[in-house]
Amino acid sequence: MSNLVEGATGPWEVVVGLEIHAQVTAQSKLFSGAATEFGAEPNSQVSLVDAGMPGMLPVINERAVEQAVRSGLGLNAKINTYSVFDRKNYFYADLPQGYQISQYLQPIVGEGIVSVDLEDGGSTDIGIERLHLEQDAGKLIHDQHPRKSHVDLNRSGLALMEIVSKPDIRSAAEAGAYVRKVRAILRYLGTCDGNMEQGSMRADVNVSVRRPGEDLGTRAEVKNVNSIRFMQQAIHFETTRQIDILEAGGSIVQETRKFDAQTGTTRPMRDKEEANDYRYFPDPDLLPLEFSDDFVEKIRLTLPELPDAKKRRYMDDLGLSDHDAAVLVSDRDIALFYEAVADGRDAKIAANWVQGELFAQLARAEREVADSPITAAQLGGLIDLIGDNTISGKIAKDVLEIMFETGRDAAVIVADKGLKQVTDTGAIEAEVDTVIAANPDKVAEFQGGKDKILGWFVGQIMQATKGKANPQLVNQLLRDKLKP
Amino acid sequence: MSQLTNLTISQARDLLAKGELSSRQLTESHVEAMAQATQLNAFVSQLPDVALEMAEASDSRRAGGSAGPLEGIPLAIKDLFCTKGTLTMAGSHILDGFKPPYESTVSDNLWQAGAVMLGKTNMDEFAMGSSNETSYFGPVQNPWRGRGDNRALVPGGSSGGSAAAVAGRFAMAATATDTGGSIRQPAAFTGTVGSKPTYGRCSRWGVVAFASSLDQAGPITRDVRDNAIMLGAMAGYDPKDSTSANVPLPDFEAALTGDIRGLKIGVPKEYVLDGMPGEIETLWQQGIGWLRQAGAEIIDISLPHTKYALPAYYIVAPAEASSNLARYDGVRFGLRVPGGDLREMYENTRATGFGAEVRRRVLIGTYVLSAGYYDAYYLKAQKIRRLIARDFTEAYETVDAILTPSAPSAAFPFGDKADDPIAMYLNDIFTVPANLAGLPGISVPAGLSAEGLPLGLQILAPAFDEETMFRVAGVVEQAANFTAQPEQWWKVPA
Amino acid sequence: MSVDKATVARIAHLARIGVRDEELEPLAAELSGILQWIEQLNEVDTAEVPPMASVHDQVLRWRGDIITDGGKQDEITANAPDGENGFFAVPKVIE
Ligand SMILES: [Mg+2]
Ligand SMILES: [Zn+2]
Repeated sequence: MSNLVEGATGPWEVVVGLEIHAQVTAQSKLFSGAATEFGAEPNSQVSLVDAGMPGMLPVINERAVEQAVRSGLGLNAKINTYSVFDRKNYFYADLPQGYQISQYLQPIVGEGIVSVDLEDGGSTDIGIERLHLEQDAGKLIHDQHPRKSHVDLNRSGLALMEIVSKPDIRSAAEAGAYVRKVRAILRYLGTCDGNMEQGSMRADVNVSVRRPGEDLGTRAEVKNVNSIRFMQQAIHFETTRQIDILEAGGSIVQETRKFDAQTGTTRPMRDKEEANDYRYFPDPDLLPLEFSDDFVEKIRLTLPELPDAKKRRYMDDLGLSDHDAAVLVSDRDIALFYEAVADGRDAKIAANWVQGELFAQLARAEREVADSPITAAQLGGLIDLIGDNTISGKIAKDVLEIMFETGRDAAVIVADKGLKQVTDTGAIEAEVDTVIAANPDKVAEFQGGKDKILGWFVGQIMQATKGKANPQLVNQLLRDKLKP
Repeated sequence: MSQLTNLTISQARDLLAKGELSSRQLTESHVEAMAQATQLNAFVSQLPDVALEMAEASDSRRAGGSAGPLEGIPLAIKDLFCTKGTLTMAGSHILDGFKPPYESTVSDNLWQAGAVMLGKTNMDEFAMGSSNETSYFGPVQNPWRGRGDNRALVPGGSSGGSAAAVAGRFAMAATATDTGGSIRQPAAFTGTVGSKPTYGRCSRWGVVAFASSLDQAGPITRDVRDNAIMLGAMAGYDPKDSTSANVPLPDFEAALTGDIRGLKIGVPKEYVLDGMPGEIETLWQQGIGWLRQAGAEIIDISLPHTKYALPAYYIVAPAEASSNLARYDGVRFGLRVPGGDLREMYENTRATGFGAEVRRRVLIGTYVLSAGYYDAYYLKAQKIRRLIARDFTEAYETVDAILTPSAPSAAFPFGDKADDPIAMYLNDIFTVPANLAGLPGISVPAGLSAEGLPLGLQILAPAFDEETMFRVAGVVEQAANFTAQPEQWWKVPA
Repeated sequence: MSVDKATVARIAHLARIGVRDEELEPLAAELSGILQWIEQLNEVDTAEVPPMASVHDQVLRWRGDIITDGGKQDEITANAPDGENGFFAVPKVIE
């Protein structure tokens, strides 16, 4: 599949690099003991350190270090056992210290690789440039006063991992797949909850265009985009904007831009319009961050099976198709749900039910697997009822719908509604005889070689038994009785 | 009760222990002396009510059978230390009205040891200065004056208020901080003892930061023994400061054995300056003689990069300061000068809130860190810093301590160097190397200049060997027998 | 290195310190003087010298991931020049 974009003067290639800011899952902040929970009262989760009070000093949270190493391992990246915290100096109302403690020249994690599945079934590798630890800023609220902005420092000092990709992404679709994959990996690792609405994952999107085969063009950076859809809109908008400028003979200004979700467009950021000079230097309040290889190896031993390995296993050991496996490993919650359903059951049937019927119900209800009203055990129970011929697959679909609405067990619903399928040969035989006797013309057609008429007979009998007759049995009996 | 203000801490400690003196009496006499010396401007806040309340609490603790190492001793606290609920402005307009909701670790350690707070002392703005002329609250006057000369003299800086309070006998001791000499130089100018311990010995938590990699707290006292007592109470490991050293805290007072026989004392040839007053050189030679007489071996050493310490310091310190002072933006505390938008508000607040010297250093610091200049200035200075530290490491392979003058001159009149930043910076030429290398140093009053002004000698020691520093300082003190005191010309009738 | 008025204006802006036009020239002279004095460092060959950012040989200590702070909106905002409802307030920011 070609990613080239056709302009008025010929094809263009889009080049995208992403800086994902992922909030580290931890109880307390990167350099203070204040809590990290979302949605608290303003300035209630703020320590003196987070408020930049005079004389306050940072002390690093060991959990943040572990989580960064864990994430680095999950991204197949080099772990740097010696790294340095720097100050990035700039003024803004949400930045109490007047600098952000970040890592500049020597980050905790170096180069890595993420393999991304594409919509056409192929896959591509996106390079990771680095992952570093840094502090989040506070939040500005603009809608409470006509002439003032309000500052809430609850987010100030939260631990973030900034994951910087190489400029390896060539389309909005690839960018979306990449973010989904990184998000999945972090969620598997338990290092970031990936909740984009609550701001625990955001991306800065660097977009440039060039003629195929040429050097990188000048890029624009769209800041703080907080959904995959917005990110893709921003890439589309930037692509068109930049191509239009270049084709009209203009040139691209390197600048930071803000995405407007209302219009799907980007515009230069007012306060950052000037070229920033961050005056990075090593934070003299902190010593270099050092740990042993042993520390890294201990963390490596606790890594869960990650999506790529899981997908390979689903295909190789469980015999799932590439598509089914990809869908089921795309999120940790889905994989765990699926594995609970498949436990002790036919893996393919379990896969069909999870990503077929259950997903359809979830999509209709706009719910995630994590809050599915049907538990994995309950779905397993339903599949078991099919397996032991208590109900047919068709009936099972109806049962699943009722389970989804009521949360009741399949067996209870089947018993309650009398949906147990008829497997009594005598009862079915009687229905078969009745239908054959009433339709001698159809019998003659069948016997004359029109095999397809068999389906009509099956339908008649299923109708008569309200779908409860065991379909295999009906087929068997019909074939026997219709033989000339 | 004026004789009570002449007591040293160790003398008062014995009288208090024997029940011959109460903290209330001791504190009252100092409160009175403090109130009579307002024209020296040594204090930015006098806290007589707090002091007396703390003194009474101390007396009841003692009556209850528990007494800390500084039980009942009235102290002055440099206004760089945050004190809970008490105005703390670091000598700067920009911290207008700031009352920290927290107590610095060092001052808290002192209260835990039983000490009493008399007030907060004046200082150069954000500790940037060597003459106390940069304070928003106006300069501190040195209690000393030249013989037959009525001109007001600087007390040194930045801990000028603390030094003046101790020299003038309004506080038994004071906390101070030293980023490039701000304890040792004012101690030398006021005839007091001032020590800067090894970097990491005293917690920086709750001390308004100037240059984080150089700042250290330390005491200013009347004698070496008091200095050892004070440092013992101020110092200690603090998990809230990532640069605090987790090392054992020795009994510094016990190190004052008076015995330095066999100790090797280095005399660095690079500390002989062109144009240095002859009396400084003479004093130094005297000091060398005293130590030799006490049985030490004097060894000529070389600290070859000494002359580069000051210019390196004037890159590192302003660079760190430009970042440390970015938090003074008028949003969460202190002064705000309104503006049409956020940027204007920042620029107005910081233009009004910072004085000329702070502004100068913030600009220098911003420049040396800015794009294109970082390597040429900041990185270069960090490399020079390594060379200076190496000089000391190599010297301490052959010597146990180093003896130098504390400052290149005695106290000078106000305005003398105010227009020439570099002339002012040269005040710290003997003190700055120890800050860059993180090493301990102490200034001990050792004689008087021709005008009758105090002069100090500095003893430097290896990292975390304050015991040797104090031991040698004790011997210098004893030999110098410095008993001169300033005349109390400032006293107003009570 | 001597700095000119434009450089002073640029760094003053980076440092967010308002400087009036008539102050630029004297400041440029002052800063140039200091910078020229600092440049004696160039006499020293430091090609092989590693920079020293901290005097410590120690390793950074880590603290446990436990909540030990927060829940003190009043203290945090007590010194604020402007604010309401637990927020700090600044002149309206247009992002
Ligand atoms: Mg970015
Ligand atoms: Zn970032």
